[in-house]
Amino acid sequence: MRTAREAVAAVVDPEIRVITIDDLGILRSVEEDPATGRVVVTITPTYTGCPAMDVIRADIRRALVAAGHPDVEVRTVHSPAWSTDWITDAGRAKLAAAGIAPPAPVRRDGVVPLTLAVRCPRCGSPDTEQLSRFGSTACKALWRCRACSEPFDHVKAL
Amino acid sequence: MNGPFAFTLALGDDALIAAQRLAEWTTRAPEMEEDIALANIALDQLGAARLLLSYAGELEGAGRDEDALAYLRDDREFRNCLLVELPNGDFAVTMAKLLALSAYQLPLYTALAGCADERLAAIGAKARKESAYHLDHAALWVKRLGDGTEESHRRMQAGIDQVWPYVHELFAAPPGAPVDPATLRGDFDTTVAAVLAEATLTLPDSGWAPGGGRDGVHTEHLSYLLAEMQVLARAHPGARW
Repeated sequence: MRTAREAVAAVVDPEIRVITIDDLGILRSVEEDPATGRVVVTITPTYTGCPAMDVIRADIRRALVAAGHPDVEVRTVHSPAWSTDWITDAGRAKLAAAGIAPPAPVRRDGVVPLTLAVRCPRCGSPDTEQLSRFGSTACKALWRCRACSEPFDHVKAL
Repeated sequence: MNGPFAFTLALGDDALIAAQRLAEWTTRAPEMEEDIALANIALDQLGAARLLLSYAGELEGAGRDEDALAYLRDDREFRNCLLVELPNGDFAVTMAKLLALSAYQLPLYTALAGCADERLAAIGAKARKESAYHLDHAALWVKRLGDGTEESHRRMQAGIDQVWPYVHELFAAPPGAPVDPATLRGDFDTTVAAVLAEATLTLPDSGWAPGGGRDGVHTEHLSYLLAEMQVLARAHPGARW
């Protein structure tokens, strides 16, 4: 039987299906009560209005039930606030492999940095431009590579 | 009322009504990218509204959840500022409203992040990151339109002139507020002045300062907005999909 932690960590993000919720850093903890078998999963949203949260909660329940853990509670916390710095190295590599430019590290002292060069996830060129400050999901912006002309999604540093 | 109930409700209503207004742009924005931007900003506002209204319902202790507060109150029971209920106007008016709202929400959420109330501190710490991006977005457009063509300058200035009287209301504190909004006025004025200077725009010197939103005395625009926002929940109580 898979452990509760393994089952939950394998749940993929419903909007960016190449990355797991563990890679994304929104899975905060998985705790199993050895006496009752009850599993308490704690997650945090990327953005306050992220519309994928209900699906993620349902997917976590489904994964745990399938792994033999029917007693599940999913809690949502907002503090500390999620940061793109919590995306794991494995997660960044998966994003890039799927043609999504991963975020740059967040500057801690100021507001969202917008002027850092974003490398094209396809050809690696730093010669890119932002097409739209908002993208297909709350956490992404739309960019284009001037070298290979391909448009691509970029996870905004937050 | 209990603790920061009035304050939390006011902030939640600001975010909820701002979200509903911004969402009206969906499919009607001047360009595709802006359509996506305004819908995303609306979604952020809605996310903050849900957290704030849920907490307000708990503070009130009368069994009202976020849906009951959003859908089952009448205009006189809403505590949002008048700024957010004003019609969208043209795109310049919408950007003037967004500039004022985000220049207010950013320092407010930042201050909340350090307050003693844990729930409000968590919401503030989360929402301030999103507000920073909204402020950037509004500032870019205000500069582009203000320092653009003669026509875009004229309309952006008209937008600022129309919206400005309504910002003064933002800095009055509801009872039990853990952060006094009056202390944010300096930050707000500095931010806005810097954007307007770069945009070659000026602040109107009118002393008119309409208010009343925090006491439930609204413009007629709110009633029409609520009619559309609430009709489904009221016509089909408990509807789910």
